[in-house]
Amino acid sequence: MNINYLASLIAVIVLFLLAYVGVEAAGLRYFFGVLLPYLAVIIFIVGFVKKIVGWAKTPVPFPIPTTCGQQETLSWIKPAKIDNPTTGFGVFVRMLLEILFFRSLFRNTKMELREGDKLSYEWEKWLWLFALAFHYSFLTVLLRHLRFFLEPVPGCVKFLESMDGFLQIGLPGIMISGILLLAALLFLLLRRIFIPQIRYISLASDYFPLFLIMGIAITGILMRYFIRVDIAGIKELTIGLVTFHPIIPDGIGGLFYVHLFFVSVFIAYFPFSKLMHAGGIFMSPTRNLTTNTRATRHINPWNYDVKVHTYEEYEDEFREKMIGAGLPVEKES
Amino acid sequence: MSEPRPDELIRKMEHKSPQKGWMDTPVNIRKGMYCYASNPKSVEYLGLPNARAWNPLDVDWKLPPDWKEIIHKGFRERLDKFRSFKIFMDVCVRCGACADKCHFFIGTGDPKNMPVLRAELLRSIYRNDFTVAGKIFGKLAGAREMTIDVLKEWWYYLFQCTECRRCSVFCPYGIDTAEITIMGRELLNLLGLNIDWIATPVANCYRTGNHLGIQPHAYKDMIDFFIEDIEEVTGVKVDPSFNQKGADILFITPSGDVFADPGTYTAMGYLILFHYLKEMGLNVTWSTYASEGGNFGFFTSHETMKRLNKKMYAEAKRLGVKWILGGECGHMWRVVNQYMDTMNGPADFLEVPVSPITGTRFENAKSTKMVHIAEFMADLIKHKKLNLDPSRNDHLKVTYHDSCNPARGMGMLEEPRYVMKNVCNNFYEMPPNTIREQTFCCGSGSGLNAGENMEQRMAGGFPRANAVKHVHEKYGVNMLSCVCAVDRAALPPLMDYWVPEVGVCGLTELVANALVVPGEAERTTDLRGEELQVKEEEDKNV
Ligand code: HEM
Ligand code: SF4
Ligand code: SF4
Repeated sequence: MNINYLASLIAVIVLFLLAYVGVEAAGLRYFFGVLLPYLAVIIFIVGFVKKIVGWAKTPVPFPIPTTCGQQETLSWIKPAKIDNPTTGFGVFVRMLLEILFFRSLFRNTKMELREGDKLSYEWEKWLWLFALAFHYSFLTVLLRHLRFFLEPVPGCVKFLESMDGFLQIGLPGIMISGILLLAALLFLLLRRIFIPQIRYISLASDYFPLFLIMGIAITGILMRYFIRVDIAGIKELTIGLVTFHPIIPDGIGGLFYVHLFFVSVFIAYFPFSKLMHAGGIFMSPTRNLTTNTRATRHINPWNYDVKVHTYEEYEDEFREKMIGAGLPVEKES
Repeated sequence: MSEPRPDELIRKMEHKSPQKGWMDTPVNIRKGMYCYASNPKSVEYLGLPNARAWNPLDVDWKLPPDWKEIIHKGFRERLDKFRSFKIFMDVCVRCGACADKCHFFIGTGDPKNMPVLRAELLRSIYRNDFTVAGKIFGKLAGAREMTIDVLKEWWYYLFQCTECRRCSVFCPYGIDTAEITIMGRELLNLLGLNIDWIATPVANCYRTGNHLGIQPHAYKDMIDFFIEDIEEVTGVKVDPSFNQKGADILFITPSGDVFADPGTYTAMGYLILFHYLKEMGLNVTWSTYASEGGNFGFFTSHETMKRLNKKMYAEAKRLGVKWILGGECGHMWRVVNQYMDTMNGPADFLEVPVSPITGTRFENAKSTKMVHIAEFMADLIKHKKLNLDPSRNDHLKVTYHDSCNPARGMGMLEEPRYVMKNVCNNFYEMPPNTIREQTFCCGSGSGLNAGENMEQRMAGGFPRANAVKHVHEKYGVNMLSCVCAVDRAALPPLMDYWVPEVGVCGLTELVANALVVPGEAERTTDLRGEELQVKEEEDKNV
């Protein structure tokens, strides 16, 4: 047993109990239904903004893009305009591909030593595929939740829902995103647990978000398909939250409060964790800079003068020898 | 040498992770896997901190008493100065995509050579010292306190990274472990923890202008030897100029090529090429002051890099040239392409480079004013300015090794290939996952090409060698070409070890073999004195 995932799993179970018992036994509905969500959102906004501003205020002293294709040089050599972008537009497309399609991850290969001494590299698409599945289903689920916060429900949210529910597996109303989200999470988790290398590099803080999001997804799915909850009451509560007139309607079960608590923990945890990759990817200097580094001078705001060994000092030391070898000098003696 | 045999080395590459977590696995500094500590004289000459004799195997590294504070402050300072460092410390999700991309991990199987763990060695301290989560959750959040063992681990593994950037190609956020290594080495240098294979070349370069410490008269002597050798092979006497004021172009190339085989043949190649072009209007001069293209300062600190690099522009200015032509070197071109203009520019006393032969304006170098010899030669060939007889390279079956820096810090992929295909008839590519932006390091870059760390170098170079072996067995490749002087020093022993029978050469060497110089005698050998293949017609009589 690995302490890292055990600790994370236990943490999520404890969170579950806190909320469930807190609501069902101690009746802390207002605390879990109103105070904590507000607090979490404040922490998220302050933390997120601080982090981004912290990054943005830090200079980029040198242009260090990773070039992943042919540079632009001679007119008859075709440059890789996206993988080695010399223009802002090229960078924009490069970033778009990274953000929407995880392009770098798409390159992933798996190394293997075969027949004793032959290295092979095979395209490894699964991480890319499941990472994409995870992010897009997560995004879809998030957007679908807008129905709880907006009245009337906007057309685009309804449209998304109908797209999401197109697979009517026997029963009407099955949403693929939720199931895909769980499946992808499971893949990401099992990968961490069973691939020795990945297990070795994983910290508790890598398992925790996975378990936590699983917790969110499972409680959500339970409420949707298995344990009837009072949707109208929930919507009253959520609308109350976003309109700053919080109310706690009666009859909402403990399960919903657990769901909401998990989400609160998630968003409060976000700015202090690796989840900030969501913001960081936009600002990564190896990806978001143009590569025309010999054509345009990049300015380092803290550039300073350094001590150098000047030509004069050099010639002073070696003048005799230079003259002896017939090399030109500035001063004859 | 007592390094393990190839089959023993392969057996060591288990890629198994120990039962115990990496934080609980102390570093084991092993002979053959590290370079000797820096010579205090070199450190002192440069005015860098804590010059003293020390030995990595000793318990006591003779650190200043406040070393923890120095590291902490240095860390803070770099977080505030480099957005790259800050973001890379924050955003890694430990997805592991970079893990098996590192030649050192592939070749040693040591899990701390996975780029992600190499970075975690620093990140764990970052979390402990600078983040809320690390302060609250400690080890669960991946934080740990700085100790002498952690410091030793840093030193050991940061000098097992060649700053090749292969990992950064695959990372979904572009996290460049090379950048983290660069920062880590800067921090280590604050405590005087460098290796001698870097510190002494840097001190040499500072004083004499080049890493090898060749003084001006000796530099000229060495080139004079080449002149004799060239005359022997070609019957032509070349006549280079040195420190010549009023020349149009300053030529700067790594000193390694002036000093040792097989780089010397590339240096001879430059001389032959420039001689050939002289008639056509090329007026180029070599400098003994800026006699180093490479920059081991880059492997020390940003400041040291700048101190060494400054000579290039200073000498161009003093001599009054129009622009600078750069020779074949890997990390030199990372520095020229991504740092030089920012650090030591603007070079407004120079002109936008124009080839005096073809009239091509190198717009891509219009600010830095420095052109790569492969770009320059590709342009010449495209304009049919070189009279080439590629059959003179018919005794060679050539493949091409993209050096890390021109590939991932520049993107110079097609120019050398274009030149190659015009100067030799037998050219074979290595497999796609091992070339271009995915190229594998020679295993000895970033100042690690010393003699005492042979096991490390042979292990790190294994993926490169393995790909060469593939084309050697499949096509009979017997020559590995490259555009890097460190490669030319590092790859021959690597080939001897893994793929004997494959030689190493530079691009310009192949060009010079094929270049038909007016007035030359019929060539019977290549620049190395090796017999040329008998032409087909004569072949039939046999
Ligand atoms: C835009 C480019 C993005 C890329 C390329 C990307 C990529 C990744 C990858 C590779 C993982 C690792 C999965 C693992 O091995 O565990 C991951 C995890 C995750 N990402 Fe993203 N991500 C991006 C944006 C976002 C955004 C905008 C969010 C917003 C919520 C986000 C939230 C998460 C979460 C919650 C995980 C979680 C689980 C874990 O810790 O593994 N990501 N992402
Ligand atoms: S690929 Fe990038 S995000 Fe993934 S483990 Fe490596 S450095 Fe971290
Ligand atoms: S830069 Fe190269 S050597 Fe360093 S960790 Fe990345 S792949 Fe390995």
